[in-house]
Amino acid sequence: MKVINRRDFLKTGLAAGAGLTLGMYIPPIVAGESKPTTGKTFEPNAFVHIGSDNIVTVISKHMEMGQGVYTGLATLVAEELDAAWAQIRVESAPADASRYNNLAWGTVQGTGGSTAIANAFTQMREAGASARAMLVQAAADLWKVKPETITVQEGVVSHAASKQQASFGKLAELAALQSVPEKITLKEPSKFRLIGSNNTPRKDSRAKTNGTAVYTQDVKLPNLLTAVVAHPPRFGGKVKRFNADKTKKMSGVVDVVEIPNGVAVLAKDFWSAKLGRDQLTVEWDDSKAFTLSSEDIMEQYHKTAEQPGLVAREEGEAAASMKQAAKTLKAAYEFPYLAHASMEPLNCVVNYTGKECEVWNGTQMQTADKYAVAKTLGLDPENVKVNTLFAGGSFGRRANPYSDYIVEAATIAKAIKGKTPVKLVWTREDDMQGGFYRPMYYHTLEAGLDEKGNLLAWQHRIVGQSILKGTAFEAFMVKNGIDHTSVEGAANLPYAIPNMQVELHTPDNIQVPVQWWRSVGSTHTAFSTETFLDEVAATMKKDPVELRRELLKDHPRHLGVLELAAEKADWGQALPTGRGRGIAVHESFNTYVAEVAEVTVKDGKFTVDRVVIAVDCGIAVNPDIIKAQMEGAMGFGLAATLSGKITLKDGKVEQANFHDYTVLRMDQMPKVEVYIVKSTEPPTGVGEPATPIIAPAVANALYAVTGQRFYQLPLSLKA
Amino acid sequence: MITLEINGISHHLDVDPNTPLLWVIRDSIGLTGTKYGCGQGLCGACTVHFNDQPIRSCVTPLSAVAGGTITTIEGLNSKEGQAVQAAWEKLEVAQCGYCQSGQIMTASGLLQNNATPDDETITAGMTGNICRCATYHRVHSAVKEAANTLAGKATVEETA
Repeated sequence: MKVINRRDFLKTGLAAGAGLTLGMYIPPIVAGESKPTTGKTFEPNAFVHIGSDNIVTVISKHMEMGQGVYTGLATLVAEELDAAWAQIRVESAPADASRYNNLAWGTVQGTGGSTAIANAFTQMREAGASARAMLVQAAADLWKVKPETITVQEGVVSHAASKQQASFGKLAELAALQSVPEKITLKEPSKFRLIGSNNTPRKDSRAKTNGTAVYTQDVKLPNLLTAVVAHPPRFGGKVKRFNADKTKKMSGVVDVVEIPNGVAVLAKDFWSAKLGRDQLTVEWDDSKAFTLSSEDIMEQYHKTAEQPGLVAREEGEAAASMKQAAKTLKAAYEFPYLAHASMEPLNCVVNYTGKECEVWNGTQMQTADKYAVAKTLGLDPENVKVNTLFAGGSFGRRANPYSDYIVEAATIAKAIKGKTPVKLVWTREDDMQGGFYRPMYYHTLEAGLDEKGNLLAWQHRIVGQSILKGTAFEAFMVKNGIDHTSVEGAANLPYAIPNMQVELHTPDNIQVPVQWWRSVGSTHTAFSTETFLDEVAATMKKDPVELRRELLKDHPRHLGVLELAAEKADWGQALPTGRGRGIAVHESFNTYVAEVAEVTVKDGKFTVDRVVIAVDCGIAVNPDIIKAQMEGAMGFGLAATLSGKITLKDGKVEQANFHDYTVLRMDQMPKVEVYIVKSTEPPTGVGEPATPIIAPAVANALYAVTGQRFYQLPLSLKA
Repeated sequence: MITLEINGISHHLDVDPNTPLLWVIRDSIGLTGTKYGCGQGLCGACTVHFNDQPIRSCVTPLSAVAGGTITTIEGLNSKEGQAVQAAWEKLEVAQCGYCQSGQIMTASGLLQNNATPDDETITAGMTGNICRCATYHRVHSAVKEAANTLAGKATVEETA
């Protein structure tokens, strides 16, 4: 039994009205089937409101971008509150780091790094348990019975002996008069009825099925103008001069303004703004712009990798033991830039009035954005309100450390002196070419085997831009010059190898904006380490699962998913000619995943037919959502395995839309089976960890069929 | 002035006839369930029905549909459409949800044209619609579920 002390829950007592609303013209972003709460509301803490109409509103401090967090947080609250699932709805919290911070990030509100359920697991349960205790005390006072004799089930408070019952709604007003309990007792996991069940259908399903879900693109405000921006064609380019005469004469166009990163056309609707932009003539100043091509960057990285880098991990004496090795293997790996390419291109709505600014966005980092907007507009952050909406995907892009597109919207509003609200819309092409990619990387790996064929030494050198250098994250995520996100997955490689060294080079002359992309550093480190280990196994003439098993003796959770995936995928059983299996295992964000890919090679082409995924994410809060995230994250990684690649030519991005940056489609989606390891460990995130290991699993499977090794992503078979 | 019926309501539109239907629906009419994804007919997020057939509204000029009937996600009340929406909700297809209006419009059009599609037909019919969340299994299963509902059959096993 876990007893916890009184938390500093904000007791707001009895409040009239509908609780939180998001702005005058915008309906609250509500997920769930119930109508908005009316009448009096019991607000025991910042996360739960209970209306006299019996509706329980869970306030989500995390942004919903498809990962299922609204449902996950609601599950945690409802579990301890003993609410009926049908009476629960979810609303987005206002941006407020004092109440809604991510406990894994300190004083910042934000969603990312697969932290939502992990950081909020206890907090949300406490919020539910605290509300429940107050409802029970209210009933005890009303019925003049001891609170210990009261039970709560499915949203009904009962006293069996006196046969009295009341709904939460009936007790809400009285409960609001209770003091917040000093101690709350959380349920033993064996008593969970919602956590771990599939009785918690997603709260956002209906709105996302009937077209009523509101994304940034859908925000309507009176006099709202749509802004489309002509950005410099090269990163770091500036406007030298522009002519907007034709644009200004066009129907629907209201204004044309220069901003630091281009020229913005404001119009009454998107199409007029877009046509207006087409008619601009802009002369760009590329004197400080980035003008290299991808090939130039990679060539530079190859040269850099010849020199030792900063040491991110050192165990034993890797260099010396490599020299003593009876046999060595070497390989080098190349990774391209990757765009997030979410279905909803970037956009942001701002209403700046000169003294205040209200922002509507599907953003992963509300409070950082709030400060960035305040700084841009010269406002006190108190006067900036950020409303968090659904995001049509993000995969990290809407967690920009510079709040790039949000600041852009604010600069446009500032340029027109807040005359009207502005909706900034990036076209798909703007989104694809606007930078903030997963960085290009180059890795070299060397392994040394002793005379008995055992792995003696492992040297890994990584070259690539830092995501965090120069951002607010640098202070706590870049240590001794090493950006944690550049080496994660490599610096913590779990394999038992006596001599290991991981080094990093961080070039600082590449101006291409880079950012985290679903599973961040693991997107490249999992590929190089897991394909190279496979190569080592082949040299040892060992089965890839057998070698991993030996090297993971001290890592039971890695081992657990490895064994489970191998077993479920019939590892070791023969496949017909032309087909093969490959395996990869990796931990990211404290979640352990193993994937087995089955491929068919025919006529110089290949298909991925089946993927078996085993995941250990601690307590599985919403198994059906975990399954969906495993499938989806794997599919996201598969797109980068098969075709994802952003390239630069003389500084210009060569891809523009889904015809030349192709993403996964239904006919490429393999069969997927997901197996969740039963666990009593605290829950960890599931949004990202299935992404990075599909590429190595597929590459290893292709090797099994063709004997070809792969040193580049996306994968391509030799003719 | 162009006349167009959208979800059963007749609209007289004083809009440049070259304007893509998508922006007429979203910005002139104010129906925002139909989404902008690529603007090039590549992703399917903007799919609506024109005279009961699915089209890509982002590359269809208003002039091409003048005098016709348009159905968007907000007005989807055919029996196929309702079966598809019910299946979508039941199988919890949506993740971020942004592409799902287009997926649903494509799926209901598919079932209107072929009430008993096999697995390959569903895949071929839905491959034009991109979902970056890769909800493809559930999309596929939900189309099948809807087909079975329409045929009066019980729920099928989940297809992989």
